[in-house]
Amino acid sequence: MFNEERIGELLRALPQVPEAWVQTAAQLPATRRAIEQIAALAEVDAGFREEALRDLEGALERAGLAPSPALVESLRDRL
Amino acid sequence: MAALSSITDAGLVARCRSGDDAAWEELVRRFSRYVLAIAQQAYRLSPADAEDVFQDVFARTYERLGDLRSDDAVRPWIAQLTRRLCIDRIRAGARETADPEAAEAGVDDTLDQLDEALSVQEALESMSEPCRDILDRFFRRDESYAVIGAALGLPSGTIASRISRCLGKLRDLLMEENGPLTRHEE
Repeated sequence: MFNEERIGELLRALPQVPEAWVQTAAQLPATRRAIEQIAALAEVDAGFREEALRDLEGALERAGLAPSPALVESLRDRL
Repeated sequence: MAALSSITDAGLVARCRSGDDAAWEELVRRFSRYVLAIAQQAYRLSPADAEDVFQDVFARTYERLGDLRSDDAVRPWIAQLTRRLCIDRIRAGARETADPEAAEAGVDDTLDQLDEALSVQEALESMSEPCRDILDRFFRRDESYAVIGAALGLPSGTIASRISRCLGKLRDLLMEENGPLTRHEE
């Protein structure tokens, strides 16, 4: 039989994930869209591009994103 | 989120692909514990490496959902991606003393167990809110009877019997959906 003790063990087997990790992953679509918007603006405005490259963290913050190292790197690659 | 939590994996993938942010969040929540369990339990990555792998798995999943041959296969696909990224992380020397081949020892058995655990988690998510909540609190958040009783406004003496009743319902649900899991028959 599929006993209740075994079900209890299996319920405990998957660890709780820090909510901040889940939020970061869950916000990927919005994050990617914001980066694409910055990149699109940079393509048509050389001054904006230069400024964004000079201050990647600031560009992300102005787009409403928390500038984590991974995000800064991602924007640098995109630009 | 209630409607999304009952949708199949294939349905969820289709909605993610159409740009539904809420579906994407549900996909992340549905597989987050599974991904972390593979990194921590199967490959024993450090918390920092496990976090990097966790974020990388979902970033690549988001980018490559379109490459999935069958939407039903998202679960093994995520498992395989997580395995590969864990091995890459070990090879990259994040764990200086680790041998990637040795790290694979026993992984299949652990993954079998985690697959089973994910099936139980999915069955739990399909239960009524009171049962889902009490089982989640007791087994997954490790709350005591007293804490659960205080949170739910119930005498702590009744918590054990409620947990037992809900476990029975969960067992019936699993038997109904999957048949007995013969690997664990007694």
